[in-house]
Amino acid sequence: MTTRVGVVTFPGSLDDRDAQRAVRLAGAEPVALWHRDKDLHQVDAVVLPGGFSYGDYLRCGAISRFSPVMATIIEQAKLGMPVLGICNGFQVLCESHLLPGALTRNDSLHFVCRDQKLRIENATTAWTTDYSAGQEIVVPLKNGEGRFVADAHVLDELEAEGRVVARYLDLNPNGSYRDIAGITNAAGNVVGLMPHPEHAVEPLTGPTTEGLGFFTSVLKQLVNA
Amino acid sequence: MSLDTVKNAEQTPDSAQPWAELGLKEDEYAKIREILGRRPTGAELAMYSVMWSEHCSYKSSKVHLKQFGEKAPANDAMLVGIGENAGVVDVGQGYAVTFKVESHNHPSYIEPYQGAATGIGGIVRDILAMGARPVAVMDPLRFGAADHPDTRRVLPGIVAGIGGYGNCLGLPNIGGEVVFDSCYQGNPLVNALCIGVMKHEDIHLAQASGAGNKVILYGARTGGDGIGGVSVLASETFDATGPAKRPAVQVGDPFQEKLLIECTLEIFSEKLVLGIQDLGGAGLSCATSELASAGSGGMRVDLDTVPLRDSSLSPEEILMSESQERMCAIVEPGKVDRFLEICEKWDVIATVIGEVTEGERLEIFWHGEQVVDVPPRSVAHDGPQYNRPYARPSWQDALQADAPTADRLKRPGSGEELKAALLQLVSSPNQASKSWITDQYDRYVIGNTVLASPEDSGMIRIDEETNLGVSVATDGNGRYAKLDPYTGAQLALSEAYRNVAAGGAKPLAISDCLNFGSPEDPDVMWQFAEATRGLADACQILGTPVTGGNVSLYNQTGDVAIHPTPVVAVLGVIDDVTRRTPIGFAEEGQLVYLLGDTADELGGSAWTQVAHDHLGGLPPKVDLERERLLGEILIAASRDGMIDAAHDLSDGGLAQAIVESCLKGGQGARLIVPEGLDPFVYLFSESAGRAIVSIPRSEELRFNDMCGARGLPATRIGVVDGDVLELQGQFTVSLAELKDAHTGVIEALLA
Repeated sequence: MTTRVGVVTFPGSLDDRDAQRAVRLAGAEPVALWHRDKDLHQVDAVVLPGGFSYGDYLRCGAISRFSPVMATIIEQAKLGMPVLGICNGFQVLCESHLLPGALTRNDSLHFVCRDQKLRIENATTAWTTDYSAGQEIVVPLKNGEGRFVADAHVLDELEAEGRVVARYLDLNPNGSYRDIAGITNAAGNVVGLMPHPEHAVEPLTGPTTEGLGFFTSVLKQLVNA
Repeated sequence: MSLDTVKNAEQTPDSAQPWAELGLKEDEYAKIREILGRRPTGAELAMYSVMWSEHCSYKSSKVHLKQFGEKAPANDAMLVGIGENAGVVDVGQGYAVTFKVESHNHPSYIEPYQGAATGIGGIVRDILAMGARPVAVMDPLRFGAADHPDTRRVLPGIVAGIGGYGNCLGLPNIGGEVVFDSCYQGNPLVNALCIGVMKHEDIHLAQASGAGNKVILYGARTGGDGIGGVSVLASETFDATGPAKRPAVQVGDPFQEKLLIECTLEIFSEKLVLGIQDLGGAGLSCATSELASAGSGGMRVDLDTVPLRDSSLSPEEILMSESQERMCAIVEPGKVDRFLEICEKWDVIATVIGEVTEGERLEIFWHGEQVVDVPPRSVAHDGPQYNRPYARPSWQDALQADAPTADRLKRPGSGEELKAALLQLVSSPNQASKSWITDQYDRYVIGNTVLASPEDSGMIRIDEETNLGVSVATDGNGRYAKLDPYTGAQLALSEAYRNVAAGGAKPLAISDCLNFGSPEDPDVMWQFAEATRGLADACQILGTPVTGGNVSLYNQTGDVAIHPTPVVAVLGVIDDVTRRTPIGFAEEGQLVYLLGDTADELGGSAWTQVAHDHLGGLPPKVDLERERLLGEILIAASRDGMIDAAHDLSDGGLAQAIVESCLKGGQGARLIVPEGLDPFVYLFSESAGRAIVSIPRSEELRFNDMCGARGLPATRIGVVDGDVLELQGQFTVSLAELKDAHTGVIEALLA
């Protein structure tokens, strides 16, 4: 049976079709999920895509977190369903308290779009097993509020437990604490990532194809499970 | 204030009316009285004032714009031409592409962020209204001097506005221009372009027909912003004194627009719409009168039903408001419920505000009383038309006589001087890397961006199965146009045409944004007449019709007009985007060829500006047959895999192009000076019809044969190699030094 990966569309989601394409290229079946629908339609994993859900009004991700679909996703994530939040999706995961910390305005105060070098720090999460720890990849990054912040003890805990999934290399594009580009929950099924792996899945349109690994990783995990 | 009804207007013919404050001339007011056979009501006066404004009626430019139709080359690809929200071009495989470039100059100077943001919003809705999914945007921008304090106010705001709106809409920004020149100090040019894709059968038009069909207004609520945007703001010269005009600038909400896009596309997919129009300049006045005028003519609207942000708005204000993110659709009664259902799904407010009626009157009611009763054509299409006087400026001959000859402007002679001139050029604000600006725009979203700035053109894949794609380049050079507006307009077209071909796409059609000073100045009007004539003539020869565009006049402060600045956007099609040609030198050992002829043509060049702050002489000569030939060679070479990189030569000449190709590809180059060419002219001349290409050695013979057979001069000038740029016998400069010079310039001035 084909693995079904849901991609949520909130009002204001922008990279939902890109995430669906990445899921398809990885060999899974993308399933469109609608923010008002609590039903996850038997998906095996969920991607919360980039964008400006609900216009980013109030705070990025603050309103999405209360949408009907998120109630089910939060419940399922706690039961172990793999969830990947990219950019705005990462913000939603933090607002949902599935991940610690918060994403604030870039220290440059400007939106930034660039090809970003990352180091994969944890290759054991549901979304990163196709990488090796220490592997360096380049994927697009584009955000205005991508600066990861958290209390020092939270950061220490993340580091100690190996929950930093990816770190910025060469240049920290937004002032994230400890160059953190992505983190995971303690169980390793929920990953939040500020850069955009779904934009690095085809040589024609991306700087590399090194983002595909996130999507193939979850596929393997689900097939083996 | 009591309501000024039609009845009241009939009974009080002599009431004084604020026609002058609304931007109307005395004879225009008299004409309105003549059309109606009475004085207009306040609401009617509001409608006529905005619709007869220069911005909406094209009253000064119309007589010249006619040439675009009269001289239009026969072109099977044109599906919808000038006059609709945007032109539509057939690109094959059942796809149609619509694109248009528009100005949002005046609002962006007054309020940079919102002015630029709503410029994007407006052009995107124009494209959407044609039935297309918007797929990319581009922004040709012009600012005052880079080191002027006001540029620090205007530029960051405009860039943030474009990014803030476009990024939030999920449209990749794939190109455009950034130009600095003190002539734009008080009048920055903020042009915005959008490209949309649809299937042929999805084309929608702006017309209201069929009595009984409903008029639905949907999108944002109507507020008090942007009142008089087109009349008091975009159709007058800025004055140092006078009241603040900020309230005439609209305020954008990209989130609302994103919902509007998705909602509208879903409505289109269920074929629920007979006619559709976006609300932009002149708001509801424009949408209702244009829909009715282009349809059967009759429409009744109840203004009380319009959802408001501010309940105290008067009917005049509701009609003039330019609140953003609104659309107006004509829907059969049986389809209204489904229409409203889809709007509800997307949390978009939708209201039936009226219906199409028998007859040919546009009738608008407020609290049951009639406030408007007009023939819609008289508002929308029969506005005034002027034959403004024009004459070649008295200073034009002296300007052209001031040529940048070697004896008048000192040219670099030694290798060291050439190297210094090259570094000075590529580090000047106009020639330096614009990445600080373009990195504030999302170029990746949607996942179909094949080429984006700093490439020669922006290229988008439109079919993931077949790899069909389109590309667009925008160009304009106000310095050339100032020296000779006829030639300047043709050079803008030539450059955009060349840029599209350099990427591997076949140019099909153009859109233009004509930015000029006050039409009431005969000098400016002559520039306008010459530029439009030049552009229409060139389109005829290149076979690229004008599909639409926009005219922006009154870009002047006091008596001082901007350089005449026709900006041309060329749309091209490419059957297989995987064959596109980027600008960067990718592989060591490949041969560098210069295509075309290089002459001593420095008039209006970047070098004269950077080295001597000089503008005089004549711009480079135009040879359109050569441009076409060069284009055909570039496209064939791309299709047949003969070249791996191509870069057009324009401002900054070979010096600029070679530096960009080296830096983009991270490869150096060793070049020679061809026989018979002066090294300075070779590096800095801006002769048109030229490009550089890099060719794998295995393809050299085939490429040379093709150029020889077709009669295109092709000169081998060097090889891609190492990490320096070397001009044999003259100078060597490392890529690191070039990169240092070329990058960081804009942020140092503005960040």
